[in-house]
Amino acid sequence: MSETFLPAADLTPRPRLDRLDPRTRILAATVAVAVVVALRSPLVLAAALPFAVLLALSAGTTAADLGRRLVHVEGFLLALVALLPLTVPGPAWLVVGPLTLSQPGIDRAVMILLRVNVAAAVILGLLGGLEPVRLGHALARLGLPRKLVHLLLFTARFVALSREAAARRLDTLRARAFRRRTSLHTLRTLAHLVGRLVVDAVERAERVGEAMRCRAFAGRFALVDDTCFGPVDRRFAAGLGLVLLALVVTDRLT
Amino acid sequence: MAHIPDGILSLPVLLGGGLLAVGGLALAVSRLDERDIPKTAILAAVFFVVSLVAVPIGPSSVHLLLSGLIGIVLGLAAIPAIFVGLLLQAVLFGFGGLTSLGVDVVDIAFPGVILGGFAAPLLARTGGVVAGFVAAAVAAAAVIATAGCVSLALALSSTDYVPSLTVIALTYVPLAVVEAIVTGVVVAYLKQVKPEILAAPPREVLG
Repeated sequence: MSETFLPAADLTPRPRLDRLDPRTRILAATVAVAVVVALRSPLVLAAALPFAVLLALSAGTTAADLGRRLVHVEGFLLALVALLPLTVPGPAWLVVGPLTLSQPGIDRAVMILLRVNVAAAVILGLLGGLEPVRLGHALARLGLPRKLVHLLLFTARFVALSREAAARRLDTLRARAFRRRTSLHTLRTLAHLVGRLVVDAVERAERVGEAMRCRAFAGRFALVDDTCFGPVDRRFAAGLGLVLLALVVTDRLT
Repeated sequence: MAHIPDGILSLPVLLGGGLLAVGGLALAVSRLDERDIPKTAILAAVFFVVSLVAVPIGPSSVHLLLSGLIGIVLGLAAIPAIFVGLLLQAVLFGFGGLTSLGVDVVDIAFPGVILGGFAAPLLARTGGVVAGFVAAAVAAAAVIATAGCVSLALALSSTDYVPSLTVIALTYVPLAVVEAIVTGVVVAYLKQVKPEILAAPPREVLG
């Protein structure tokens, strides 16, 4: 029972960002990522990277955490980025035996790596410390349909429980010397684990639904959240707006 | 695996994917009964947790997507469930992205929902082993459809990506095999243990 429906006092103390209205953080992250995606100059993007990393670090993300996540983001791209220099036609930048790395291909690959990492750092910085509960409340106040918000809040709540349940079942498998391998046995065992978790989940859902109706749940969830836009939000929005505007202007001028 | 991060796709593709996702979400949410929210949320949480478990494939590993199974069990409600899962992943772990959220929802949720919807009547009628094979086919087809959607999104974004698509699509083949086996066994198991989960997806209860 590590998570509740109400915002916890301070799970991860991030004093500076937590003074902002969560709505400001969501809107700021969306706008900032949209700007990053629209930038065309690799130099401007490279200049934006240290800012994004600083933002993430000042928001409380540790350097190790940030590094791990950025590497993971890059892991997905490996195929794409590694192949672009080989497949995009253009003048050669480097010839290694039978392989020719083209200049435009390298440019594309560098652009993608920069863009993906800047965007990921911005999201981690602005949203990384936002608990799902506060995220849900803020999205509700930004106009997300109530049912979707309820679904988000319930899911965030049950992820912690499902994780414990899955960990317990994986432990019992380990106690029987089960090790994951590339084998039919592994897949069958994991499938039975998934099946068991689904059955448990549906039974739990029935109990939760009944318990909620017993407590007169009428389909509406009180969202207790009294944060509002204040001077801090205005200052933050103005500052970020100036930085983003400067980025866009230099990008289009160069 | 199927999550395309921010910064890869072109603006028209992002907008198109976003509009499709909003349309699907609006339809699914309007059909979603308040009373089905706990069930949808708990299953969304289970699928979210299970997708974190790595399945070894030789020296590498894949993460289960389970989009076919989610489509079979949740029906139309799979769209908001997968949307919520992707949003939490983007915010909590930094996987996926914000601007690409719409495209990711379409890539992952739509094939599962559509194929699961087609298979639902058949699954309700057939018994354990046959249902398992049907579900396996749905799961494999859903992964292939996801690979197709991802390739399409990349190809529409930039012609530079086109030569790489074959390699990217090939990485989905082991996932399709793994998903087919796991989903088949899960559905055969559910048929034995709790058949009502498959007999009445939420949308049919709503009627």
